[in-house]
Amino acid sequence: MTTAVESVVRRAPREAAFDPIFKALCFAAATMLLAALGGILVALTIGGWPALHRFGFSFFTVTTWNPVTDVYGAAGPIAGTIVTSVLALAMALPLAFGVSVFLVEFAPRAIRRPVAIAVELLAGIPSIVYGMWGLFVFAPFFAQHVQLPIAMAATPGSLLEKLTAGVPNGANIFTASVILAIMILPYMASVFRELMLTVPPQLRESAYGMGATAMEVVWQVLLPYVRKSAIGAVMLGLGRALGETMAVTFIIGNSHGLPKSLFDSGSTLASTIANEFAEATSDMHTSALIALGLVLFLITFAVLAMARALLGVQRTY
Amino acid sequence: MASRRAALRKTSNVVFVIFCAATTIIALGVLAAILYSLLSQGVGGLNLDIFTKSTPAAGSPGGLANAIVGSLMICALAMLMAIVVGILAGTWLAEFGGDSFYAKVVRFLNDMLLSAPSILVGLVVYYFMVAHLIGHFSGYAGAVALALIAVPVVTRTTEDVLKLQPSSLRESGVALGAPVWITVRKIMWRAAMGGLVTGGLLAFARISGETAPLMFTALNNQFFSLDMSHPMANLPQVIFNFALTAYDDLRRLAWVGALLIAVAVLAAQIIARIIIREQRRS
Repeated sequence: MTTAVESVVRRAPREAAFDPIFKALCFAAATMLLAALGGILVALTIGGWPALHRFGFSFFTVTTWNPVTDVYGAAGPIAGTIVTSVLALAMALPLAFGVSVFLVEFAPRAIRRPVAIAVELLAGIPSIVYGMWGLFVFAPFFAQHVQLPIAMAATPGSLLEKLTAGVPNGANIFTASVILAIMILPYMASVFRELMLTVPPQLRESAYGMGATAMEVVWQVLLPYVRKSAIGAVMLGLGRALGETMAVTFIIGNSHGLPKSLFDSGSTLASTIANEFAEATSDMHTSALIALGLVLFLITFAVLAMARALLGVQRTY
Repeated sequence: MASRRAALRKTSNVVFVIFCAATTIIALGVLAAILYSLLSQGVGGLNLDIFTKSTPAAGSPGGLANAIVGSLMICALAMLMAIVVGILAGTWLAEFGGDSFYAKVVRFLNDMLLSAPSILVGLVVYYFMVAHLIGHFSGYAGAVALALIAVPVVTRTTEDVLKLQPSSLRESGVALGAPVWITVRKIMWRAAMGGLVTGGLLAFARISGETAPLMFTALNNQFFSLDMSHPMANLPQVIFNFALTAYDDLRRLAWVGALLIAVAVLAAQIIARIIIREQRRS
């Protein structure tokens, strides 16, 4: 009798002793992610503290950036970052929207997939390639065919002249924004496309069945359905533009201070760090650059967190 | 009146269709122009020297051998670290974390890390490793910086593909009397293998062109070197330095380097796509 009972007693599997260790290993790996983000915040805060402490709030309002006298203000790079990112978004948004609608609604079946794949592949091209193209191909073209003619045509003292003042070499705030727009375009277009494909076909079909035109279907059925996550996707694009480094460093002209016009050279938070960090002249210079990094981190974190919150809502549909 | 309204609706619809088609043509046109420049400037400079000689001083012949080898070594070490940490972290999120608060926090922070500006990762690795731990620039620091960028990609895809597997798979492992870790290793990871490889390829595509995180970590090295504990040449940094010089021969090398990176990235992405499609078919 007793032997029969013993045979059904459930023994733990032989290698089960490793289970808690495996679980702990996985847990440790997940915690490393947490530590990585925490480490970024801590390092940037400690590293930037000397500069923030010395210049106080004026760090954010002063436009001087002078390694010789060791006086640093971040107003120029902050303004440059926001202006280029917003301009880039303004240019990329209608294009990305048009491309995604075309791919979802209008494109002939034969070209739909190849174009969609092409757009997605191009989203992965490294930014340094975009930067080189901007510097060697786009900037000279822009200087010769856009900047010079405008400079010739603008009457002195007019608004146009003020907006477009600058050295006609093609390295300026505006061309940097164009390159940024080209970079975030494929990314936003493929997210928009995926979002629109999540709309149930019945919704679209019933709208068409009621006699709606394609335009009305897009604006009044598709867009309202994906609105929140579409805004999230736009924020993701903005987050990318804010932190983009190499492409901008190549083409923005890298001058400090507030940009005076669209065609004036400038700098962004990321481009200033990229340009000066390896050759920082003093500890205060290094600290000021790390403080720029902290500002960039906080801005992008806020934008990305908002994007994530908006995109998260969509998932519960 | 009604017919006029209908006409207006029709016309605006036509305008809208034309707008969408035009944006697609513009977008594809610009992207084609970039690829054209890359090919026309890069292919001409391709020759055997690129792969056998190290980066030259201006005016003398040379190639990119030291940068290519450096990039490969830094990327390989980064991928090794990223795959180990990323797969374990993704497994924790999918198999153990569930909907707990901690899992939600990790998931959120992983998403943040996924899109964090890469230059900040470079800054932080500089601060911890280059400035304090080691005391000088090194290939190891570059690999850690790239690993930090690749880990969130691997974690995310690992979690996603593991969650796609049916729970009956997990149950069958446990029913056979296997411990959890063997179930995960021999059943779950194996079932999700295609997805895991895809995640690795996407992470590789992401880091192979990253320049900003290497600027303050691996720095650069004019000479051929296999020593990762010292500054190391890498393609992105060489491209950046050479593109900004005034010498035509160095600029040509920069274009060749950019072409090599773009080809590597596109190849990784295309292979990843093919794997995904094969998985779907089977």
